[in-house]
Amino acid sequence: MESKTTHPSLTPTAPIMAPGHSYESISREVSDVVLEHNMPRAWYLCLFGVGLPLLGVLGLSTGMLFWEGLGLWGINNPVGWGFAIVNLVWWIGIGHAGTLISAILLLFNQDWRTAINRFAEAMTLFAVMCAGLFPLLHVGRPWAIFFILPYPNTMALWPQFRSPLLWDVFAISTYFTVSLLFWFTGLIPDLATLRDRSKGVRRKVYGAFALGWRGSAKHWFRYEMAYLLLGGMSAPLVVSVHTIVSFDFAVSVIPGWHTTIFPPYFVAGAIYSGFAMVLTIMIPVRVLFNMTDFITVRHMENMAKVMLATGLVVCYGYMCELFYSYYSGSEYESYMMTNRMFGPVGWAYWCLLLCNMATPQLLWFKAFRTKAIPLFCVTIVVNIGMWLERYVIVVTSLRRDYIPQAWDSYAGTAFDWAAYVGSIGLFVTMLCLFVRFLPMITIFELRVQHHEMERGEIR
Amino acid sequence: MAEYGHHTEEPTVYGLIAEFDDSDNLLHAAEAAYKAGYRTMDAYSPLPIHGLSEAIGFKKTYVSLITLIGGITGAATGFGMQYFASVIHYDYDIGGKPFNSWPSFMPITFELAILFGAFAALGSMLALNGLPRHHHPVFNAKRFERASSDGFFLCIESEDLQYDTEATKKFLEEQGPVEVSEVLDD
Repeated sequence: MESKTTHPSLTPTAPIMAPGHSYESISREVSDVVLEHNMPRAWYLCLFGVGLPLLGVLGLSTGMLFWEGLGLWGINNPVGWGFAIVNLVWWIGIGHAGTLISAILLLFNQDWRTAINRFAEAMTLFAVMCAGLFPLLHVGRPWAIFFILPYPNTMALWPQFRSPLLWDVFAISTYFTVSLLFWFTGLIPDLATLRDRSKGVRRKVYGAFALGWRGSAKHWFRYEMAYLLLGGMSAPLVVSVHTIVSFDFAVSVIPGWHTTIFPPYFVAGAIYSGFAMVLTIMIPVRVLFNMTDFITVRHMENMAKVMLATGLVVCYGYMCELFYSYYSGSEYESYMMTNRMFGPVGWAYWCLLLCNMATPQLLWFKAFRTKAIPLFCVTIVVNIGMWLERYVIVVTSLRRDYIPQAWDSYAGTAFDWAAYVGSIGLFVTMLCLFVRFLPMITIFELRVQHHEMERGEIR
Repeated sequence: MAEYGHHTEEPTVYGLIAEFDDSDNLLHAAEAAYKAGYRTMDAYSPLPIHGLSEAIGFKKTYVSLITLIGGITGAATGFGMQYFASVIHYDYDIGGKPFNSWPSFMPITFELAILFGAFAALGSMLALNGLPRHHHPVFNAKRFERASSDGFFLCIESEDLQYDTEATKKFLEEQGPVEVSEVLDD
């Protein structure tokens, strides 16, 4: 990875794309990864060494969970949510970076999003798949999961529309669907490129998904409008989704959950963890697949800056929680905070502060934003920290809420860990298949970028 | 085709297509064609070019209006469903809340507005573009596979009132193309 440190993109005004490219070379270099099957050895290692084995763990543990029931998990009477909800919030949060990059940066006209939006959006879809898995398992009777939907039934029952848990169902399913539509819309012209560059069966398959795209000026005109509208709708959507996820907590009356800071604090945390995950994946991928010309140090640095900014908002959230528990005057609130800091899982709270508050301060230094290995290490620490944050929020509040008689301890079992690690396997497998079969960078937007660079409109 | 001897009828011509090596040349040619009175034409490019659809006289799209209608329909569906369920069909006192506790209905109303709007945006874009479409005569054009990589094309269709095989060909050749060729219909 360090061999690229002498790359011209390390200069203060690192270019958004390495010089010397043409429309043809852009199309060729990005589509050849897929069409010429130039998979580096690390890809096989990731898919067959990490992704598929862990996916097997997921399948096996899920199968046993369905057979035996939820007793295999560590959840108990006060702590009914446990790992499943921790993982749900963690994965959903990771997914939000993709939408942020593709939609909000589109609306703000941030040119550097071009090279990373496809990958980040794919990450969104896979993260939301992993997230959606956990409520499915957590309901205990997954074959009856359709009970959560409003559908005509012989019992003449409707779901409870005043419950944040039902809002969640609508928010997450809408989020997945809209992200998929947005992603597919971006893919159409690139699928046409793959169709035109391949032969045989692949040409037919890519051609079918390209829907007959021919690059007509009239089509582009409508296409750009539709793309902008999808971006415009995804931006408030992504904010609403994590707001609603935070309502699952904030609308309840559990000490430590019932605060108004939760929606902004959760949204910032989501973006923070999402950018960390994008960087965790992007740093090795850009080197392994020879994409350093398109995903430059400029992208790394900008993402690191977004992480730093959102990380500071998250720190503000932690401070607010501390202040609320003191200022509320409620003995349950203040005991919750004492218990969170010095109780049986106090170590998790201090670890999360170390991971999410202290470590990201390194990003004030340019070297940590532009050098691959230090930045990679910071992102891993933040990923862990954001998981711990959700663990602390879910577990410490639930295990000791009001009456000490109802308190209990909580620890994840091997099956909790298997489901969590297994979901990472699902994520890795999907990502490996994605880079194998679809262009990981939006080719037509790179052409636009090239066009604008030639005219000196962007650097 | 005629030279293979099986078909006696002449193949119909879809139009004349000119290939350019640059987006600026294509834009200028499109502007010149419009000025020269051509109307039934289309330009093909591997990237969206600002001003190109306007240059061939295509300035308005209903995608945004249809998306707005989709979003409003979604919001109405979301709120209507919750109102019907909570006030009319299954009015049940939950925690003393009013049946029409509309602030609680806002999240789902909003989500469905976005959901319907997104389907409307993508759906209307595809439908107005006439996609998906299995085949189009312009794919018969020489080197047209480059239209998704680095080729820029302007096609004046034979249906144009001013279309004339010789004159139109001459006009296109004056615009500085790489090549002008005839596209057959099929």
